[in-house]
Amino acid sequence: MGFSMLAPEYRVDRDKDRCIDCKVCVTQCPYDVHYFDEEEEKVFAREENCVNCHRCVVLCPTRALIIRKYPLEFRENSAWKDIDIRQLQKQAETGGILLSGMGNPKPLPVFWDKILLNASQVTNPSIDPLREPMELKTFLGRKPERLEIGCDGSLKTKISPQLELSAPVMFSAMSFGSISLNACRVLAEAAEQLGIYYNTGEGGLHQSLFKFADHTVVQVASGRFGVNSEYLKIGAGIEIKIGQGAKPGIGGHLPGEKVREEVAATRMIPLGTDAISPAPHHDIYSIEDLRQLIFALKEASDYEKPVSVKIAAVHNVAAIASGIARAGADIITIDGFRGGTGAAPTRIRDNVGIPIEFAISAVDNRLKEEGIRNQVSVVAAGSIRNSADIVKAVALGADAVYIGTAALLAMGCHLCRKCYMGKCSWGIATQQPHLVKRLNPEIGRERLVNLITGWKHEIKEILGGMGINAIDSLRGNRHMLRGVDLSSRELDILGIKAAGE
Amino acid sequence: MKVLDAHKLSYRELNDIIKEEAPREKEIKIKNLRGQRYIGGTLKEGCTLYLDGIPGNDLASFMNGAHIVVSGNAQDGVGNTMNKGEIVIHGHAGDIMGYAMRGGEIYVKTDVGYRVGIHMKEFGEQIPMLIIGGSAGNFLGEYMAGGVIIVLGIGDSPEESIGNFCGTGMHGGRIYIRGEVPAFKFGKEVKEAAMEEEDYRLLKDKIKKYCKYFDYPMKKINLEDFHKYVPIGSRPYGNLYAY
Repeated sequence: MGFSMLAPEYRVDRDKDRCIDCKVCVTQCPYDVHYFDEEEEKVFAREENCVNCHRCVVLCPTRALIIRKYPLEFRENSAWKDIDIRQLQKQAETGGILLSGMGNPKPLPVFWDKILLNASQVTNPSIDPLREPMELKTFLGRKPERLEIGCDGSLKTKISPQLELSAPVMFSAMSFGSISLNACRVLAEAAEQLGIYYNTGEGGLHQSLFKFADHTVVQVASGRFGVNSEYLKIGAGIEIKIGQGAKPGIGGHLPGEKVREEVAATRMIPLGTDAISPAPHHDIYSIEDLRQLIFALKEASDYEKPVSVKIAAVHNVAAIASGIARAGADIITIDGFRGGTGAAPTRIRDNVGIPIEFAISAVDNRLKEEGIRNQVSVVAAGSIRNSADIVKAVALGADAVYIGTAALLAMGCHLCRKCYMGKCSWGIATQQPHLVKRLNPEIGRERLVNLITGWKHEIKEILGGMGINAIDSLRGNRHMLRGVDLSSRELDILGIKAAGE
Repeated sequence: MKVLDAHKLSYRELNDIIKEEAPREKEIKIKNLRGQRYIGGTLKEGCTLYLDGIPGNDLASFMNGAHIVVSGNAQDGVGNTMNKGEIVIHGHAGDIMGYAMRGGEIYVKTDVGYRVGIHMKEFGEQIPMLIIGGSAGNFLGEYMAGGVIIVLGIGDSPEESIGNFCGTGMHGGRIYIRGEVPAFKFGKEVKEAAMEEEDYRLLKDKIKKYCKYFDYPMKKINLEDFHKYVPIGSRPYGNLYAY
């Protein structure tokens, strides 16, 4: 349909006194906004294409550009907000399912911001992490019921395989295909340097990243892309993807245009075909079937790797997690309703799932009640924005967290949320060679390492303030949390007291 | 030939022995199998397993080149994500045989269950093939992205040789079925295509092997009776979204 009834979302303000018509904006914009008019010898903008990715603004040598929200407003209406009208018009134009990139942006409560941390005063004095040792090391995997020590002091109990993390944070599953090879490389190199792990997502493992395998969790999802015995044996851990916080109950479609040569080779599929991962694994219809796949993977990797099962945080998450633990998983990864994505149907992303904060406490409680908490590690994901969120997640009961959006932001993502267009101007969520080049892997790695290094210091400061010197002592320690602006029911579910109690 | 007795062995114990023996034995016979899972998983070429009794689910999962001969029936998940190798089943097999299989061949003497060949895919030289002597259940070749499925329908009328929803979501590969099958049995992503020289060559080659393995007279199968089904496009859901 040629004619759109919609006004642009953003306005491109070009300061004519500053603009030198150098055309940097023209070459940088992958959305075809800026163009140079040969007759007028001037740069103009097709504002209707602008997605507010900031690329042109940041690279404009004379600071001549500002992108603003288009000042034209619809007539005020509490029921029909701008976004509702725009989305409806778009569907009327296309007849398609609305797509969105990244996590749920709706103004639903962010419970991290309603939870406050404790600190020591006078009694149980705080610890200064600059002077005293502070332990963030985290092991993920099944822990034994009890330890048997021999007469000579040696450990007699056989310990299940564990992932050893220098801090309780990992990089979430993002496939090569949804993000560029350079972006995958940044995650892999940073994970290696930091002593943590990244996750391949369901995109297979590119040959050039094999050398980082010791810091790689390889994912197995319903499409089984890139999965073979070598892939399963080479990774440090294996993750079965059942669900994702941004689209619980929904699978993934990597559109054919992103399946270029390298992506096709890594996923082991023909060039240009859609890579379809439906929501269900068609060999899993029950906890017993899940157990079958978990042990198929353990058999294939000689019982040397921990196996994780990743689910979206949904209403019955606690019961599901219990089933997963009993099915033999070593790690349960729970992705909250704000979790990111390269592409998800908007209505699913914005309306399905529950907040990760509630899911962590519900799962931790349930596993403890059933006496099986030691059998699995719990990894929380979906909307971890900073080190304080990590500390709160651990205090609620998580063993570690996954970060996806935060890691991409460190690389240069500006959260314009158009990942599904495949034109990422920052070279992250794209397969177009001229765009991929924009992400320098060395610089990306440095920025990501900086981020986590800063967070590690902050976590130590926060722990020290609580008088705790090891992250292990914080796990499930909800006494360190207080709630503000929460109902008593919400406080009960989170298992925390109100501020002042 | 090395002979193993699977009696009273757990799948883990049994598979540990197989994994240890396979690199040095050309042929291993395993008797008294009683549903042990994952037999032959990840095994590489160079070894043939002869299985007596019932191998359990996920037979040959992630298998990478070995050969397996099953004297009787097999259960669900045969050749799950199999990469390479050959399986010959002298009986029937269960559901989701060949799930996400990327290479190798599976010959089944009689029938198979539901969702067989789901997510089968091919890459370069690797073209997985399923040759089914009898009939297949619903959703044969669902989401199929590559490879070949051949249904001989021996002992069945063509109408009964496949279930419903054959090739739903199919976006690669081809399915050959003997006899006229009514159109309603197929998913909407599938169309019939004309048989070509190359198709007959492939069918002849594979059916010859089938007849040899199961001692079936080749002359009873007329290649002219086969119909070929292919996906309408490689992007079945390309127009589903509003960009």
